[in-house]
Amino acid sequence: MVLSANDKTNVKTAFSKFGGHVEEYGGEALDRMFVTYPQTKTYFPHFDLSHGSAQVKAHGKKVAAALVEAVNHIDDIAGALSKLSDLHAQKLRVDPVNFKLLGHCFLVVVAIHHPAVLTPEVHASLDKFLCAVGTVLTAKYR
Amino acid sequence: MVHWTAEEKQLITSTWAKVDVATIGVEALALLIVYPWTQRFFDSFGNLSSPTAITGNPTVRAHGKKVLTSFGDAIKNLDNIKKCFAQLSKLHCDKLHVDPENFRADSFSSLHCPLLGNTLIIILATHFGKEFTPACQAAWQKMVNAVAHVLGHEYH
Repeated sequence: MVLSANDKTNVKTAFSKFGGHVEEYGGEALDRMFVTYPQTKTYFPHFDLSHGSAQVKAHGKKVAAALVEAVNHIDDIAGALSKLSDLHAQKLRVDPVNFKLLGHCFLVVVAIHHPAVLTPEVHASLDKFLCAVGTVLTAKYR
Repeated sequence: MVHWTAEEKQLITSTWAKVDVATIGVEALALLIVYPWTQRFFDSFGNLSSPTAITGNPTVRAHGKKVLTSFGDAIKNLDNIKKCFAQLSKLHCDKLHVDPENFRADSFSSLHCPLLGNTLIIILATHFGKEFTPACQAAWQKMVNAVAHVLGHEYH
């Protein structure tokens, strides 16, 4: 799946509209994922996963920062996220299916906070972008 | 047979009560834009050449309304969706030849994306904002999974 020039523009524009809130969105997406897909909690036995948890919020900021990094280097997401990709392959080993779950929850959060941004075309571009990020993070698994 | 808690039923039915089937229906078929390969099922629908064409297409709009009305039927029959949708399942298999992957919200294999179910969830989120709480989303994910499962049930 290749991001077209239009996709890249759509993604960059959307993220510019999220502004500083994107850190909160990371936490909200994780929170939603844990509620909607309880099996994802198995990756965080060491966390307090209750609603409003400081650990989840902090982790959400990390996730959001990685997404922003990918947006800022959208022509080379693999390069930008290379270390993260190593981490997921060697240490975290999150099953690939879960990136799509988080990506979906992130889109739901965007839909809630920025309904007007999420036209079908932008939805498609963001969806592709999130898939691309997931693909990069699992690229070194085997 | 899906088991619904009272809370889940309440979340689903109270959201649904505020849904305008025609509006949300056409937005749900925005999946034709988000997942363009789904257009293969809609050859007879006329002009699907651009996002504007799709959202303006009267056949798409009518079909969106039909699909959402069916969802409404499922919501009225939460305790027996299988019976409610048995005929629709046969139709999708025998006449429409739709790969059940297209309905799925729970299947996230690398080759397939969750399609109509998850698109509907995102559209509900744009309309309901923060009211679409995590618990509400979870109930709806269960709902769309149940519908998807039942629609695929009569395939042979």
